Amino acid sequence: MVARTTPHQDERRDATLAGGGPPPPGRRGLRSRLAGRIPFGLRRLSVPYLLIIPAIALELLIHVIPMLVGVGMSFLRLTQFFIRNWSAAPFVGLSNYQVAVDFDSAVGSSLLHSFTITVAFTALSVGLSWLFGTVGAVLMQGAFRGRGFLRTFFLVPYALPVYAGVITWSFMFQRDTGMVNHVLVDQLHLLGDRPFWLIGGNSFAAVVIVCVWRSWPFAFLILMAGLQNIDNDYYEASAIDGASWWRQFRSITLPMLRPVNQVLVLVLFLWTFNDFNTPYVLFGKAAPQQADLISVHIYQSSFITWNFGSGSAMSVLLLLFLLAVTVVYLVATSRRRSDA
Amino acid sequence: MREPRWLPLARWIGLGFLGLFTLIPLYVMVSSSIKPLQDVQNGFSWIPTTISLRPFADIWKTIPLARYFGNSLIVASIASVLSVTVAIFAAYAVSRYRFPGRRVFTVTVLSTQMFPGILFLLPLFMIFVNVGNATGLELYGSRTGLIITYLTFSLPFSIWMLVGYFDSIPKALDEAAKVDGNGPLGALFRVVIPAAIPGIVAVTIYAFMTAWGEVLFASVMTDDSTRTLAVGLRGYATENDVYWNQVMAASLVVSVPVVIGFLLLQRYLVQGLTAGAVK
Repeated sequence: MVARTTPHQDERRDATLAGGGPPPPGRRGLRSRLAGRIPFGLRRLSVPYLLIIPAIALELLIHVIPMLVGVGMSFLRLTQFFIRNWSAAPFVGLSNYQVAVDFDSAVGSSLLHSFTITVAFTALSVGLSWLFGTVGAVLMQGAFRGRGFLRTFFLVPYALPVYAGVITWSFMFQRDTGMVNHVLVDQLHLLGDRPFWLIGGNSFAAVVIVCVWRSWPFAFLILMAGLQNIDNDYYEASAIDGASWWRQFRSITLPMLRPVNQVLVLVLFLWTFNDFNTPYVLFGKAAPQQADLISVHIYQSSFITWNFGSGSAMSVLLLLFLLAVTVVYLVATSRRRSDA
Repeated sequence: MREPRWLPLARWIGLGFLGLFTLIPLYVMVSSSIKPLQDVQNGFSWIPTTISLRPFADIWKTIPLARYFGNSLIVASIASVLSVTVAIFAAYAVSRYRFPGRRVFTVTVLSTQMFPGILFLLPLFMIFVNVGNATGLELYGSRTGLIITYLTFSLPFSIWMLVGYFDSIPKALDEAAKVDGNGPLGALFRVVIPAAIPGIVAVTIYAFMTAWGEVLFASVMTDDSTRTLAVGLRGYATENDVYWNQVMAASLVVSVPVVIGFLLLQRYLVQGLTAGAVK
């Protein structure tokens, strides 16, 4: 490619050297006319800004402005009477927040309950997704038959539309016609009675399983790439020193994956904590108490009561919590990394 | 790496477990989609006793699946093409220019990907409803509203991935194009885009998948005529019964386009998704 452009380059240079004729018409002419008006430095500087303007405009429109509007809404008594005309909604200061964090009130205590459930759900799902991803990626190292196929196959749950995968799980978790009870009760005889999976206490386990099924391939994908970036020399050198496989895993693989894991765990945490799709598709309109994850909780309490002011206040609290965790996490992991 | 003697066994057990975990729901989906309704209602069986392709014909009649399919197709196609177009310009700026605010721009755009969707949902709903009331512009319940929303959803990752692809194209090529008398846009269209075509296609697929699978906004921002698959598939559940064989058949039908697209472009997608994390 480069070689092919060189002759052109020379031609042009020759033309310039020879004094050339008038500049070619068209765009170039326009450009040089513009160049006369705008100082060169400014023109060059403005190009990247012109290129990112569409992206910035869309981000402002769909993310930044709504976020600010949301913060504004959290200070209003924005109930169903004001949905179509929000300028009439009365300003109530922090009262939406006071209700949300008043754990003696019905609203506050159910929010706290949902928050606790979500923390447990996130810890379990992220932990298992990370573990499965690591085990998968490490065992995929080396050459064996079927490796390429498995690698692609593992990514299918990640590629599947959320609702298609999760709706299949909700079929599998049906009490009378589902595959899970068929195996546990009819085939293995582990349980006498057919348990419910989508209502009651088991629903928590169900939503964790489905979430792990959907998100471990992402961890796997990132960790595979991370492993490929580790220089093989480290393994060869340590093998000469007689290091065992386990020793290599602990002293080379894990430390070298540290920066990848730092980002991966954070991303998994944020996605899982905010996950709406999995519980919403799995449970339908009514999420059971024991699996009342925070996104669905805010959604349902907003659209059942049509109290958007209170819903916005809860969303803002959720955002503040996530920001705080992210900052603490980044500071803690970065410091440890620089100590090492 | 030197392999200890127990590793093949561990590999067999570990990968076997993960393989079954991945496979079982996929198998249930496919095998149940070819069962008659009676068979899925009478309790689960691993092997279908009667094979019937009826569910694949019935899914179009039980609910207006074709309309939902069309809506999803329109929304996801337009949103993904627009998103990638916007992302190409932004990624080109980030990849080829050093300008004040470059880092702030990339970090801000990426961080919106991490925010809870519910945070944007209520205000966007209010904005759409009230803008509609004030101007007569129908955003709420329209495809346009959904398209604008979805195109921003895939924008952050699209920009991020494209920056990775563009960075891998030698700058000497742009410089040569510029010496040939092209402006920045000329260099982008004649050199960078042609060289990055596989990456651009992969990013388009990613943006399409994002819009195709979105549930939260689709459940609030659509009405009967603009409903997408994400919400429409619930239609197979009636008051008394759920046509599970049809649900599985429909899930299979709506998954096939995106899964095939993903698998075909897997290499480029994986490269793009992982580039930033590993760097």
